[in-house]
Amino acid sequence: MPTEQPKGVGQLRVHGLTLGYQRHPAVHHVNGVFASGSLTAVVGPNGAGKSTLLKGLMGLIRPLAGRVESFGLAPADIAYLPQLAEIDRTFPVSVLETALLGHWRRTGSFGAYTSAMVSSARAALATVGLAGFERRPIGSLSVGQFQRALFARALVHDARLILLDEPFTALDERTTHDLLGLIKTWHDQGRTVVAVLHDLEQVRGHFPDTLLLARELVAWGPTVDTLTTANLSRAKAMAEAWDEHAAECHRGAAA
Amino acid sequence: MTSFNEIVLAAGSGAYALLIAPFSEFAFMRRGLVACLALAMGCGPVGVLLVLRRMSLMADAMSHAVLPGAAVAYVLFGLSLPALGGGGLIAGLVVAVAAGLITRATSLREDASFAALTMISLAAGVLIVSVRGGGIDLLHVLFGAILAVDDASLILIATITTLTLPGLALIYRPLVVECFDPAFLRAVRGGGGLVHLAFLVLVVLNLVAGFQALGTLMAVGLMMLPAAAARFWALEVGSQAAVAVIGAFLAGYGGLLLSFHADLPSGPAIILVAGIFYLLSMGLGRYDSLRTRWFPGRHLSA
Repeated sequence: MPTEQPKGVGQLRVHGLTLGYQRHPAVHHVNGVFASGSLTAVVGPNGAGKSTLLKGLMGLIRPLAGRVESFGLAPADIAYLPQLAEIDRTFPVSVLETALLGHWRRTGSFGAYTSAMVSSARAALATVGLAGFERRPIGSLSVGQFQRALFARALVHDARLILLDEPFTALDERTTHDLLGLIKTWHDQGRTVVAVLHDLEQVRGHFPDTLLLARELVAWGPTVDTLTTANLSRAKAMAEAWDEHAAECHRGAAA
Repeated sequence: MTSFNEIVLAAGSGAYALLIAPFSEFAFMRRGLVACLALAMGCGPVGVLLVLRRMSLMADAMSHAVLPGAAVAYVLFGLSLPALGGGGLIAGLVVAVAAGLITRATSLREDASFAALTMISLAAGVLIVSVRGGGIDLLHVLFGAILAVDDASLILIATITTLTLPGLALIYRPLVVECFDPAFLRAVRGGGGLVHLAFLVLVVLNLVAGFQALGTLMAVGLMMLPAAAARFWALEVGSQAAVAVIGAFLAGYGGLLLSFHADLPSGPAIILVAGIFYLLSMGLGRYDSLRTRWFPGRHLSA
């Protein structure tokens, strides 16, 4: 667990959270706290349930057991950056329109964009290095530029909790560096950030806290204590197999 | 020797006789043209969104689902277009909502549940019509009669278009976002399920409007062909919708003229003209057409 657990707004507390598909758990009895203002990397082998955990934190999938308790966070206070692969990048929508979607909690699905909203979206695009790209259709952007546009949308959102699902997959070094800088800014502003990542060096260099997941929680706390060789090889061994005929789980939900 | 003026006059009156006289002389042609305009304005944007949501074939399936409702209405009320439209509307909505619910409650994908319900619906419809009606009536239901559109049907079509445009505006943003980033829409609680259902209702409404004029088999043509063609002329959703509306209306106008002069059934004539528009767009359009693929021109400097 993270060492500090302040009862601040923006905290996310997870109680015996079990998430899964067709009763098979993909995330099994996870307990802990994302402290307010913490910057946490979620790490684990493929199929460890990292994306599922993020969706569970968003409340997008109903837990099989346990619950997520958020302190003073409405769904609108949470920004979510899905994996690039989940987005249809050929869709005819412009870069500016994409960034403007960050205003959703202020406009809803029907409200008009005010000129202040448009200029804040332009400012966000300039911050991520996409000034001058406003009118371009997203289909004409490179992967890195498109990820920058999504970060601009998250900037516009101005959320207290930001969830990023593999934000740096397939990005070059410079883009990764710039976007990591943005994450650091969010952290300095006291926002809570949770990011699913694969590059352990990156995690060690930039993320104070780490949650190591292999369906079960392996370790959760300061990165130096979490990413030990022993923990990592345990995670690797635990990531195994989906048992078609697994028996019912009777572990107490209060665990 | 005829003077230049006389040639111009002759050509002018020839063009008038060809292009305008049918509408100025015959009320049924005027009504057909107005019906086409109303249909084009509703079907164009709906079709573009169907293409973007990869639901083109689903619209086709849904248009067949309208049949049993129309058939039951025909048995009860005879050949009255508003009654047929109302029956079709109910049947279409039942199938659309049932398929949507099945998709969200089970793991069966939407296209499969649509196909299943549609076939049940279509078979029931053909059975009812063939048991209770004659062959002529069946043709009428299947292929429509835009030249038989009366005032009541015209008002129904116009009402549907009038409902469609603000309805689309209301759900436009979530509808578009769900196409390209569904996870974001879920994250902001954009009401994807409700919006999808509302969109299906609009699709059914427009199919019913088209059904009045073009029949159950053809109605979807005026929705999909101009929308598919629009993709070759415009990049943005809004401009694609505008192109689709213009294309659908021109297809209606051209099809009515073709059916008038060549004495052809109007529904297939309209859809064929729309099909020609589609083929020409695919060949010559501004973006991603065969022309740009085969004759791309020299590449730009930056």
